[in-house]
Amino acid sequence: MTNHWIDLKNSDCILIMGSNAAENHPISFKYVTMAQQSGGKVISVDPRFTRTSSKADIYAPLRSGTDIAFLGGMIKYIFENMLYNEEYVANYTNASFIVNKDFAFNDGLFSGFDPLKKSYNKSTWTFDNDENGVPKRDVTLKDPRCVMNILKNHYSRYDLKLVSKITGTPEANLLEVYKTYAATGEKGKAGTIMYAMGWTQHTVGVQNIRAMSIIQLLLGNMGVAGGGVNALRGESNVQGSTDHALLFHILPGYLKMPSSPIQTLAEYNKLFTPVSKNPLSGNWWQNYPKYSVSLLKSYFGENATMNNEFGYSLLPKTEAGQSYTWLDLFDEMYKGSIKGFLAWGMNPACSGSNAGKVRKAMANLDWMVNVNLFDNETGSFWKGPGMKPSKIKTAVFMLPAAVSVEKEGSITNSGRWMQWRYQGPKPLGNSKPDGDIIMELGNMLREAYKKGGGKFPDAVLKLKWDYMTDGKFDAHKVAKEINGYFLEDATVNNQQFKKGDLVPSFAFLQADGKTSSGNWIYSGSYTGKGNMAARRGQKDAPNNIGLYPEFAWAWPVNRRIIYNRAAVDPKGQPYDEKRWVVKFDGEVKDGKYTTSKWVGDVPDGGWYPLQNPDGTERSDGKLAFIMTKEGYAQIFGPGLTDGPLPEHYEPIECPVEKNFMSAQHVNPTAPVYGTDADKFASCDPRFPYVGTTYRVSEHWQTGLMTRPQAWLLELQPQVFVEMSEELANFRNIKNGERVKVTSARGSLECTAVVTKRFKPMKIGDSIVHQVGMPYNYGWRWPASGKEESANLLTPSTGDPNTRIPETKAFMVNVSKIKRG
Amino acid sequence: MNVTRRKFIQITSAVAAGIAVSGMGFDLSPVRAYALTLKTKDAKETTTICCYCAVGCGAIVHTSKDKGRVINIEGDPDHVINRGALCSKGAALSQLAENKNRLTEPMYRAPNSKEWKKVSWGWALAEITKKIKATREATFTLKNAKGETVNRTTAIASVGSAALDNEECWTYQALLRSLGIVYIEHQARI
Repeated sequence: MTNHWIDLKNSDCILIMGSNAAENHPISFKYVTMAQQSGGKVISVDPRFTRTSSKADIYAPLRSGTDIAFLGGMIKYIFENMLYNEEYVANYTNASFIVNKDFAFNDGLFSGFDPLKKSYNKSTWTFDNDENGVPKRDVTLKDPRCVMNILKNHYSRYDLKLVSKITGTPEANLLEVYKTYAATGEKGKAGTIMYAMGWTQHTVGVQNIRAMSIIQLLLGNMGVAGGGVNALRGESNVQGSTDHALLFHILPGYLKMPSSPIQTLAEYNKLFTPVSKNPLSGNWWQNYPKYSVSLLKSYFGENATMNNEFGYSLLPKTEAGQSYTWLDLFDEMYKGSIKGFLAWGMNPACSGSNAGKVRKAMANLDWMVNVNLFDNETGSFWKGPGMKPSKIKTAVFMLPAAVSVEKEGSITNSGRWMQWRYQGPKPLGNSKPDGDIIMELGNMLREAYKKGGGKFPDAVLKLKWDYMTDGKFDAHKVAKEINGYFLEDATVNNQQFKKGDLVPSFAFLQADGKTSSGNWIYSGSYTGKGNMAARRGQKDAPNNIGLYPEFAWAWPVNRRIIYNRAAVDPKGQPYDEKRWVVKFDGEVKDGKYTTSKWVGDVPDGGWYPLQNPDGTERSDGKLAFIMTKEGYAQIFGPGLTDGPLPEHYEPIECPVEKNFMSAQHVNPTAPVYGTDADKFASCDPRFPYVGTTYRVSEHWQTGLMTRPQAWLLELQPQVFVEMSEELANFRNIKNGERVKVTSARGSLECTAVVTKRFKPMKIGDSIVHQVGMPYNYGWRWPASGKEESANLLTPSTGDPNTRIPETKAFMVNVSKIKRG
Repeated sequence: MNVTRRKFIQITSAVAAGIAVSGMGFDLSPVRAYALTLKTKDAKETTTICCYCAVGCGAIVHTSKDKGRVINIEGDPDHVINRGALCSKGAALSQLAENKNRLTEPMYRAPNSKEWKKVSWGWALAEITKKIKATREATFTLKNAKGETVNRTTAIASVGSAALDNEECWTYQALLRSLGIVYIEHQARI
């Protein structure tokens, strides 16, 4: 989330799309309801009428996988009615940049597409630069090649009729949503988006979010209270686990994972440190080497020196151009190249797309380590449905982990708040906190390499590994390591520090090895002032908008709303005077600011504003979007795999033979896997209905932590499939009977829930039915073994940028079960 | 006391009946208020953050001083996000900690075996260490086909976990990367 949970109450219009927050993030609705009570509108766009929809002021149905068409129509509406915030767009976004004259878009494809490689050469997705390499701008936004006009032109094709034909949303509903949401483009009004996996789990997942980001920028909704782009993350610490880089492509703090051609630290730092010659650009990533070197100092401690490039060579390098994502991982496991597997606090046998493939893949392993609270479908895969234990060679270790209340440490919520938890009871039986298991395993591995040697033992042995106190994992020690230390006496930013002092914030980190920090964005979380995440202060900030700056700690630097420099005009004064986030409060003499002072939230950079009160430009001001090289938010996004602007493509499996928008049926860059377990069926009469997955309030993710609980299982005991009355009637299915749901990849038995919550949709000239299932189940719990994972149905394809699987739109059939 | 859910409903119905009686002239509210404190009166009190979704609601954990186990978990009224409220999952948190279905011993399933066997931590971790080292040794790549130094193994993969604390996540990724493992993924990717 760019903003945070409490801030939802400040919104004039909350669009909930790709999320069912009322059921999956129930407490968020405390603030959604508050916004409504203050006169704000809530819009729910969902294929199914959910509990979120039941609380919304406006509900609009859409067919799964057509969000870009829906949002593209909104962009067109904003242009047609001139509802964008022109000052904001011109000053804070790249709308004024002049795009390369060779950039083109033609019938569904952007310039540079290579049909053989199924990828783009992005050399034309660039801007015209001046002699300093700074993009040329037309602040009047009139140049036909400026981003604003390319955007307008691109979405001019998304007219109401066509959008309705694709999405199945009636035109009147589209208009009502567009009108209500676009009204937040007015200065002083704020609109926000709450989305979740309903947007990410598509072959156009990233572009779904890009489309909304573009809308938020056009309407001036980024940085303001009650605005922003808010991803509702589904796991208590998935924000933290992402920040700390339990992902192949990043290192902690969103530093890049080095790949094979980048052989030295100097090359690595050069490649990832952007240079801007625009003095107005804060270009924060220019500090990259301070963060990468401080990270290496945390990894390797005293073994990281200037002479050995701070241990850069000790890090593994990925193969350039090779993807090691979840889908790739299980594809390789299925093919047999992966021999050993650690499934730590996860249940891929139920959570993985195309779960049947995942389960078969596990039988190819030599060994597996499964760490969890309960026995699960992953650890016991070898005795699951259709498995013959005697034929499965995989050795499996199942290790009992402690529950969160049995240990101490921090987690980071979706609003980037790092919050400390304490130990209540000791771990049950012989279970252990994950931290102890990690440390003990690490100790034994290090011992094995110390005594027995082996291949490249240096990386293992030179790792700094002193995070135990009295034989137990010490979360405080690691939290301090993450924050960072001064490793020598130093004077930085006119302040003196002693060796061993904790770093006050990342502004003090150094690229010369004098500081360490395990994760620069967490620098400031555990300082000389103590453990900031453990704070419980109840006092609000002076702007009284629910920031609670003394409660817990938010990355970065306790900033509660990021991009907040865009919540003020170029003179530093808030667009919204009532719900202001930050404002510049420096002294003024003769119409000029003479001292620097921001009040409210921690500003996104403490520099002077761009202009003085008298309207003159300052040379020491900085542009609002400091994390981009140019300082402007990117409406035109040249960095993505599948295009600089979002375009509607059909899901890999869909009910329409033609994309009504262009000749390009599906996302041309979407990855598709090719083993015998990767079957697809699009526009196939055997699988005529659109399928989707979701969750219920009473179970969490694959249900592994909730299905073994008596109360929650009693509340939601069975996997079900929801369908319209019309479809049930057509298929002769009665409410409550068990039916079979089938896709090209697998099938499962579900209880039929015949409901008005789903309605048939008119797509083109056809009637399309959609059904949905919760993916909270698996054969291990409940004991009947009959409640299976809906991911047995979902496909192995995903977004080309992230490779998040497309589990929200696929094709199925539903049939009665003929018994004996 | 082992209270089944049905029994619990019976008890609460009885309490409701008792309150109804108070409407006829007896003021039972002090008794009721006292009775509600009994369970947690001498318990150790710690704060926690719910382990399910990422709203980050606060809860208070009461741990019995004699048995050392959780006797109650409820919403934390001083937590600025949830102000004491919890959803169905959060309200059932105590059943996650106190649950007879939990794993409490390391288990091992040998190749081609039909069953789990209880094992010791020492044995399990020693065996896992041997397996990791053996696989790493057999597959470790110092240089790729182009002769570039890569220092990695692609034969070991890890998934997880958003269920770990920040400090555990950081420590875990450091260990995996020190081993040269590059297939590092978790919930955030799916």
